[in-house]
Amino acid sequence: MLIGVPTESQPGETRVAATPQTVGNLTELGHQVVVQAGAGQRASYPDELYAAAGATMDPGPAVWGADMVIKVGPPELDEVLRLRPGAFVAAQLAPAQSPELLEALAEAGVTALAMDAVPRISRAQSLDVLSSMANIGGYRAVVEAANVYGSVFTGQVTAAGTVPPAKVFVIGAGVAGLAAIGTASSLGAVVRAFDIRPEVGEQVESMGAEFVHIDLGDQATSADGYAKEMGEDLQRRAMEVYARECAAADIVITTALIPGRPAPTLVTAETIAAMRPGSVLVDMAARNGGNCELTVPGEVISTPNGVKIIGYTDLPARLPTQASQLYGTNVGNLVALLTPDKDGQLVLDLEDEVQRGLTVTHEGQVLWPPPPVSVSAAPPPAADVSTEPVVDAQPAKPKDPRRGYVAMGLGAVLFALVASVSPTAFLGHFTVFALAVIVGFYVISNVTHALHTPLLAETNAISGIILVGALLQVGNDNLLVRSLALAATVVASINVFGGFAVTGRMLRMFRREESA
Amino acid sequence: MTLNLVQAAYIIAAVLFVLALAGLSKHETARRGNTFGIIGMTIALAATIWLAAERADNPGLTLALIAAAMAVGASIGLWRARVVEMTGMPQLIALLHSFVGIAAVLIGYNAYLAPGELSGSEETIHLVEVFLGIFIGAVTFTGSVVAALKLSGRINANPLMLPRRHLLNLVALLASVGLLVWFVASHALLPLLLMTVIALAFGWHLVASIGGGDMPIVVSMLNSYSGWAAAAAGFLLGNDLLIVTGALVGSSGAILSYLMCLGMNRSFFSVIAGGFGSEGTTFESDADYGDFRESNAAEVAELLRHAKSVVITPGYGMAVARAQYPVAELSARLRKMGTDVRFGIHPVAGRLPGHMNVLLAEAKVPYDIVLGMDEINDDLPETDVVLVIGANDTVNPAAIDEPASPIAGMPVLEVWKAREVVVLKRSMASGYAGVQNPLFFRDNSRMLFGDAKDAVESVLKAL
Repeated sequence: MLIGVPTESQPGETRVAATPQTVGNLTELGHQVVVQAGAGQRASYPDELYAAAGATMDPGPAVWGADMVIKVGPPELDEVLRLRPGAFVAAQLAPAQSPELLEALAEAGVTALAMDAVPRISRAQSLDVLSSMANIGGYRAVVEAANVYGSVFTGQVTAAGTVPPAKVFVIGAGVAGLAAIGTASSLGAVVRAFDIRPEVGEQVESMGAEFVHIDLGDQATSADGYAKEMGEDLQRRAMEVYARECAAADIVITTALIPGRPAPTLVTAETIAAMRPGSVLVDMAARNGGNCELTVPGEVISTPNGVKIIGYTDLPARLPTQASQLYGTNVGNLVALLTPDKDGQLVLDLEDEVQRGLTVTHEGQVLWPPPPVSVSAAPPPAADVSTEPVVDAQPAKPKDPRRGYVAMGLGAVLFALVASVSPTAFLGHFTVFALAVIVGFYVISNVTHALHTPLLAETNAISGIILVGALLQVGNDNLLVRSLALAATVVASINVFGGFAVTGRMLRMFRREESA
Repeated sequence: MTLNLVQAAYIIAAVLFVLALAGLSKHETARRGNTFGIIGMTIALAATIWLAAERADNPGLTLALIAAAMAVGASIGLWRARVVEMTGMPQLIALLHSFVGIAAVLIGYNAYLAPGELSGSEETIHLVEVFLGIFIGAVTFTGSVVAALKLSGRINANPLMLPRRHLLNLVALLASVGLLVWFVASHALLPLLLMTVIALAFGWHLVASIGGGDMPIVVSMLNSYSGWAAAAAGFLLGNDLLIVTGALVGSSGAILSYLMCLGMNRSFFSVIAGGFGSEGTTFESDADYGDFRESNAAEVAELLRHAKSVVITPGYGMAVARAQYPVAELSARLRKMGTDVRFGIHPVAGRLPGHMNVLLAEAKVPYDIVLGMDEINDDLPETDVVLVIGANDTVNPAAIDEPASPIAGMPVLEVWKAREVVVLKRSMASGYAGVQNPLFFRDNSRMLFGDAKDAVESVLKAL
């Protein structure tokens, strides 16, 4: 299929949805790529590199007629009209904020894929532009802060006097927050961070910052992996923390976003008034209204008490080369997902929760919002999505249950016949036998795979219990019986002692990293 | 009084055995589980020895004999357990199973020779129990011996293909049923002896006709048989402890084998009935896969040095070469360099379940980085380098791509999706399933030939 890469139309958008490298990935999947001339100019990807990677260059707006159009920002309404009915368009569509755009896309009969609506599950990580953009946005936020901050980040003792290290306070430990923490601490600053989800404390500390704790009672994670809005009492206590920490910090970076809503106001005008002159606040939520009351989206302002507030809404676009590469790779992974056979044919599978989640219009219908996808890793404190429990293979083919019932019935009748002529002692033993079989079945069915070998050795040792039978026969008067019993005792003892010893030896080897 | 105490001891022992098996299903409780097992066994044996001494006409002699026999057995068992190489574990376990089998046979004959006082239906039941006990014991015995021999490479691991093997098995079973009727009717020794011979041959053939690739399942199946043999002996002697323990081991071994069959996408019954892999030996792929690319240690070291994430998928070749120590050192070295190293273990890698985990644990690889196939498969496309060390069938793309392949449908580690794959292997020979591996001919694969241990050590040196 033909994939079109148009020049971004929004002023200030420096990124491009495909780089020469990702064009190569797309053509490997069997697609042709047409790039509007000059599309990669601002991201330092000249047309020649695209051509060399196998793309066709087109000077005009013909790219809009492609089977799939990939973009960074949402298409303008007039651009929507240029799309071919039945075509795909992938871009950051902000579906929750732009219902009229979705209507227009649906009317145009295109299948719109919102790159910013990828479900936040581990399988979809490779498509998630919010993560990849937030990551470099967090880096850029620190760089912007350093740019207007009047001092250095690293503490130094010099002949000209002691330079104190910059104190950085980061609010919100999502991807952007963590990236900001990492960047600031690698520049030498003293970093503190806060998030209303106490379980991210470990991640914050792993990035080299100190996690500011407050007692918030319940954890505040919602099923979609974002922090949810807080109750009033908790909010009040959190606000106190913000006020206190901001006043002590030289640089504050706020990253709090709630999907589909305006950003929460966390830093009030009074808090700003209490900050030192020369300190800097970078509001990464400026596009959604900002976490600070005084933020002016898109601008840097100076408050009367000399605090600079950076409200840039295009932080990722300020690193256009790398941002385009990451965005292009995300788009490439999406196209790979849609091209399961690598034959250049796009197939949309709405049964797949990832594809369903990011498809916002299809065949004239608006499919937003998608059914909720639960992040299985959110509720337990370890936010590691990759450790989902492995579901044991399930019996696959449903058989006709009636056959089973008939067989069971026959078995029961047969057993009743045998039992009717059996001595009672035998039946007693048989009861014990049947129950033990069931216990054995349940005890073993959830064993860890790694322990299969020790388990085999252990059951082997235990089945050496047959030694009991041999022992009881040793006292017999018959010489033959006695010798046979002795032989049985010897071999069964090998089994018992050898089995337990081997199991013990194997188990001693299993160890966890911490105890190393 | 004595009998009641002994019975109480048996019940306690049975509960401890259940706790032992339950404990062994998790890392955290595994060692405690083993302790429970040992305590249970000690209690059961102490009670039994007491009972045996009290019943015997000459307690002193009986006790002395028991002590001597157990001392011999214990010293052999402990000695074997101490000196066994971890790579030799499968053979040892199979061999231990055979001991349970032979013990069951001996006990069965004893019960026939010294039946005690029985009458009417009791006697009939007793004879049936003797017969079944000996039968199961004999099958377990020869089956385990063959499995041990196959695993240690002393006999050919290929499935033995007698003509009409299923018919042979059926005839053996029917003949045994006939002998059972004769035996119950006549109480004679001859049918019992005949049946023993048939059962021994039956057990031998059953395992001999199963290919080496399925040995993990067979070992676990034999484990189950040895349990049933113990349970049969329990019925014979009217001993509930033997019944409970035997049934526990029997059913747990059976369910374990079943789970493993699911893991390999094999039919449970076709494995048990034997002969799987018969297609494998005759399967000749005409497909020309093209050329493979040979690499050297320096190049592999270079690849590893620049990789951000490395996944190591070991197989039986690592076990054979005892390469787990250099592999562990390699992983530790790479982790120190900041590389994300993990191990991907196929459920049937090696020759018994969990074989690779045991070896890696022996070499002190932390088990948190040792992941199962399902856990690692999704991450393989984002992996820079996969090191395949002595694995073949478990990383064979033919299982997915070629519906005609004998291993088609078996879940495999999809290593070919990684950026680079390095296969450490002795030669281009095929694996246990006897199938060529198209992985070796992929564009992103390179081969590093040689003994796995030497190869890994030379990579380490070059690193």
